[in-house]
Amino acid sequence: MMIKEWFKSGSPWVWLNAAAVSTSIILVVGLLLLVAVRGLGHFWPADVIEYNYIEGDKKSVVVGELVDTSVMSAKMAKESGYKLKDNADTLVQHLIKTGNRDISGMDFRWIQQQNIQSESHPDEMVAIERREWGNFYGRLVSVKENGKVIATGEAAWPVVQQRIEQALEIFEEIEYLQKKEIGAINHQLERLRLKQKSLELKGEWSTEAQESQSLKKAELDKEYKGYEEQLDVLYKQIRRDSLVAKESTGTELEIPLESVVHVIRPNSMNVFTKILQYFVKFGEFVSEDPREANTEGGIFPAIFGTVMMVMLMAVIVTPFGVIAAVYLREYAKQGFTTRLIRIAVNNLAGVPSIVYGVFGLGFFVYILGGNIDELFFPESAPAPVFGTPGLLWASLTLALLTLPVVIVSTEEGLSRVPKSIREGSLALGATKVETLWRTVLPMASPAMMTGLILAVARAAGEVAPLMLVGVVKLAPTLPLDGNFPFLHLDRKFMHLGFHIYDVGFQSPNVEAARPLVYATSLLLVMVIIGLNMFAISIRNNLREKFRALEGM
Amino acid sequence: MTELNSTKQTPSLFQHGTLTHHQRWRLIKDNVAGKGVIIGGLSVIVAIVLIFFYLLYVVFPLFGSAEAEHVSEYKVPEIESGKTLLLAMEEQNEVAVRFTDQAKAIFFQVETGKTISIESLVIPEGVSISSFSQGSPATGIIAYGLSDGRAIIAKHAYKISYPNDKRLITPVIEYPLGKDALVIDTEGNALEEVTVKIDEELTTIAAKTQGNRIVLNSYSKEESLFGDDNLEQTTSVLDSIGMDVKYLLVEKEQRLMYLASNDGHLSVYSIRDKSKPELIQHLSVTEKGSQITSLSFLNAEISLLIGDSNGLVSQWTIVRDAKNQQVMQNLRSFKVSDSAVIAIDAEQRRKGFIVADEKGQVGIYHSTAERELIKEKVSQSKPYFLTQSPRANAFLLQTNDNKLIFWNVHNEHPDVSFDSIWKEVWYESYPKPDYIWQSSSASNDFEPKMSLTPLVFGTLKAAFYAMMVAVPLAIMGAIYTAYFMAPAMRSYVKPSIELMEALPTVILGFLAGLWLAPFVEANLVGVFSLFMLVPIGVMIFAYCWQLLPKSIRHRVANGWDAALLIPVIIISAWFAFAISPMIESVFFAGDMRVWMNDSFGIGYDQRNSLVVGLAMGFAVIPTIFSITEDAIFSVPKNLTVGSLALGATPWQTMTRVVLLTASPGIFSAVMIGFGRAVGETMIVLMATGNTPVMDLSMFQGMRTLSANIAVEMPESEVDSTHYRVLFLAALVLFLFTFVFNTLAEVIRQNLREKYSSL
Repeated sequence: MMIKEWFKSGSPWVWLNAAAVSTSIILVVGLLLLVAVRGLGHFWPADVIEYNYIEGDKKSVVVGELVDTSVMSAKMAKESGYKLKDNADTLVQHLIKTGNRDISGMDFRWIQQQNIQSESHPDEMVAIERREWGNFYGRLVSVKENGKVIATGEAAWPVVQQRIEQALEIFEEIEYLQKKEIGAINHQLERLRLKQKSLELKGEWSTEAQESQSLKKAELDKEYKGYEEQLDVLYKQIRRDSLVAKESTGTELEIPLESVVHVIRPNSMNVFTKILQYFVKFGEFVSEDPREANTEGGIFPAIFGTVMMVMLMAVIVTPFGVIAAVYLREYAKQGFTTRLIRIAVNNLAGVPSIVYGVFGLGFFVYILGGNIDELFFPESAPAPVFGTPGLLWASLTLALLTLPVVIVSTEEGLSRVPKSIREGSLALGATKVETLWRTVLPMASPAMMTGLILAVARAAGEVAPLMLVGVVKLAPTLPLDGNFPFLHLDRKFMHLGFHIYDVGFQSPNVEAARPLVYATSLLLVMVIIGLNMFAISIRNNLREKFRALEGM
Repeated sequence: MTELNSTKQTPSLFQHGTLTHHQRWRLIKDNVAGKGVIIGGLSVIVAIVLIFFYLLYVVFPLFGSAEAEHVSEYKVPEIESGKTLLLAMEEQNEVAVRFTDQAKAIFFQVETGKTISIESLVIPEGVSISSFSQGSPATGIIAYGLSDGRAIIAKHAYKISYPNDKRLITPVIEYPLGKDALVIDTEGNALEEVTVKIDEELTTIAAKTQGNRIVLNSYSKEESLFGDDNLEQTTSVLDSIGMDVKYLLVEKEQRLMYLASNDGHLSVYSIRDKSKPELIQHLSVTEKGSQITSLSFLNAEISLLIGDSNGLVSQWTIVRDAKNQQVMQNLRSFKVSDSAVIAIDAEQRRKGFIVADEKGQVGIYHSTAERELIKEKVSQSKPYFLTQSPRANAFLLQTNDNKLIFWNVHNEHPDVSFDSIWKEVWYESYPKPDYIWQSSSASNDFEPKMSLTPLVFGTLKAAFYAMMVAVPLAIMGAIYTAYFMAPAMRSYVKPSIELMEALPTVILGFLAGLWLAPFVEANLVGVFSLFMLVPIGVMIFAYCWQLLPKSIRHRVANGWDAALLIPVIIISAWFAFAISPMIESVFFAGDMRVWMNDSFGIGYDQRNSLVVGLAMGFAVIPTIFSITEDAIFSVPKNLTVGSLALGATPWQTMTRVVLLTASPGIFSAVMIGFGRAVGETMIVLMATGNTPVMDLSMFQGMRTLSANIAVEMPESEVDSTHYRVLFLAALVLFLFTFVFNTLAEVIRQNLREKYSSL
């Protein structure tokens, strides 16, 4: 076929259109793969490589994990001021995570392939994950107890592993005492203080009240002293042991076991132990608190905060959305007004989420919250209780944001319930509400579920409005705990989406935090895609069911 | 609709006959629940409407004018202690002070005029007062010039204490430079005009003596070795400067001195070097025939407010002109009335000022917003002195017949107007009028620049680039998916593209900012060659494919072409990046960014519109795709079948029949996509530099309305002007998307009706 004819047939245009679809698919899959690969790679215990490196005349040893490799054309490299050996075509550079921030002042370093003389993977290299200063890479020298060396060289390795386990156990105990027990006492003390202030405000601060108050206070103080003594003992125990490790330059560093999370020798691990270690790390990621300005450790508070907020939102949005849909479909007279309302509801789904955030901040936080504080919490003034962004307001704002989703979806479900079913119920003498409650709503319930799941998926991924109404980068306490009233609606919370923004863009050490951001993104994407898939499958099932009904 | 009519009638069971208890209970339940649903449903809808009205409610006070109310009127206190030289109020509007020409400071209650105390300043024996002036109003400094060339510098201050939990304000007079008179003119001439400026390190006192001679004294604090401060004095004299100086001002940075005569001549001197004042410019600042009747600094003392005998107040400031010379420039003028301006008093914390004219009218104005906020006739007789409180919520006017009139003022948001938000504004120290967003700063002297224009520009620019990416991909993809694709493949493709819509934008933004932006920066040529080479690669493949023997071609079922293209696209994309270094070295001298900058002066920002366009385009594709696909798919089959039966090719049917029929639907899809791009926050927040520049370049960033709200809202003070302007930005976004979406929705509904009639 001639090219001219071929164009006339229109088939090249069809092919181009096909290419648009393929491109979109490639983009979606590529994006998910990118997030998945980078996110999942974060937990893999990478080998610690020792490079013999020469820079000019200076020889050095660089130890660390290989993170990234970049290739630059020779010309560009020369223009950027790099010197190339042997007239090579490209300049290959490796980004090495060298750790040891407390010694060298930086975590990462670029090295050039051409300057590497040799590289090796020595078995005895240890990677120490610490609670401060990031990772340490080097060789284990000895283990100390109360400052006295108890094992050196190869014998030190089993000793370290055993001692670390002890230290971690004690650390957990300390955490428990500090967070749970002492936290509870502090909470009660604060409540006592507020009670006193409230009594004073009411003018009921009698000697009787004073006595009972001081009694309670003394009791709490005593309890507190007890815990403090326990803590002292534990601190002494955990500070007993330390390890000494040697860095690539030969500097020896004593690291107290108190600040060590893991010690591994990745080079001597086989695939299975690595996989085991991988899952241990993944478990820590989803179950532990963040460390070092969120750039390391886990994201448990963010997961918890997201789930809490979304659950609260679901509780708020479902009844309102369903009632509005029932009104629109079953009670309102169809006509111009309902059409107008439907257009308005549809459009609200298109209003930028930040606008909801602005509304939430102005109306919920400052007006509603401010008035609630004045009426119910005068004793806390000037510190705001509800007059400041918090969990309740965030949930309410997102409920408003997702309301159109639930309304539209429920309405669709109601419209799919065959007329014959309503008529049958009414003919049997049921009232309208009975018909709705017993037959129509149960049949529409999968549609409501779909709406709710879509709303939850949207809310879980929304960040912009939350930045205004309650999310913080680091919340000291969870919104749900063992202290009365257990669910703290006024507290600020952490959120997965905001965590991504904050760690990726506001953290001081973006390079170190990047893998963690990918991992967090992956988690969020999986949750949201999972929810959406679930909603789609429910919708499909529902359609099947009604097709069967209509055929009857 | 018919179904509702049928359900509306309650069963006849309840209408007659005797009702059992149970049945009555059911009836009540039905009634209550029905009402409940109606109330609940309507309240949800009300809540939705509430958003709009609440935004409006917050924004509204921005455009309201000021209010003023008369509080009291009384005789000037202690009139026998001399004529008023200065009136001033303290922060709480409780105490005012009157400095007189007998060197007395009379403190009195503002509301009643009751004298609180009288302080006398010590004037040396045998010397009379020849002049008086006030330093920066916020400092409370005053200066008396004496007939022997000396001056007394004092300060009125207010101590606040709370005995018995009640506020008590005690006025005091302090002497920041010592109680003794300072020698200003060593020749001992009387100081006919005097001015003083004091800050931590530097004090400048300028005075005019007879013969139009200006004496400039400055004292700078030098810390000596022993830790105590030494005052180092510099003196300079300007002899007979050729105009009859009536007004003498030094701005608070103590770098410029302004001299003005009654007939409208103004000289500006640079006194950066106190020993050698230099004339910057000498010019005439009034119209012919009018005279300067009042002269004052605007807050921050960068601009002069000049009131003339024709009732005009003009704002003048020093700017750099095209030749980079400092010149005085008239920024704007306010016509107060037809009679002479008697007094001007600038606000201490904003760029507003209050003016009194000869007929007793008082007006409040704001310079940046160019607004007249209120004008009222306050007194029947001619005003003599006007002052407003530091918080600008009250003013005190002395009339020629020795009465004091006290008014309260409510003037919360003078600083914005329609013009200052949308049009070019000439800000202080700027060479020309401009659109600028620069909302806040720590100091009171800052002139807030709240033009939403650059933000709206940024929003539209970001949306435009996103649409450039999204519209072709989404519409072409939708055409293929709806019309040519095999149904089996469609059932996978459609949900997976729609799944993109659920992807949190924070993830897209994060990838755009931290992965795509550096990637594009490093592979700029690759990205552009990608746009060129992928379509070419697809065309070449398609041509070769139809040349293949049928036996091979028919192995791929009809409508699965898109799957075939996936490897083709990946290979062409790889090829585009692989040859990009070569293209770069042949055409762009090795580095496209450097080449662009050298040849065209196009700068490159790492987080730029191209990156935003790609990332946000990705976010918008599913929205447009999904609606377009629905519109095309639901074109009635009889139309397409008819066209095909008449001999049209599938592509002809597509372009001439299907697309035409579905075009309103596609249009509404684009509108909705545009609305989404306009309101998107996280992607632009993370993938741009968030600098509010107005630059069309693809390689520069921008700041959008939504990102601006996200950045600035958490730190704006509740109910401040800034807070309300941010609400205005939200309202603009709301209206913008609402209009677009409604339009799209109406078009879609009409289309649906059209289809159903076909």
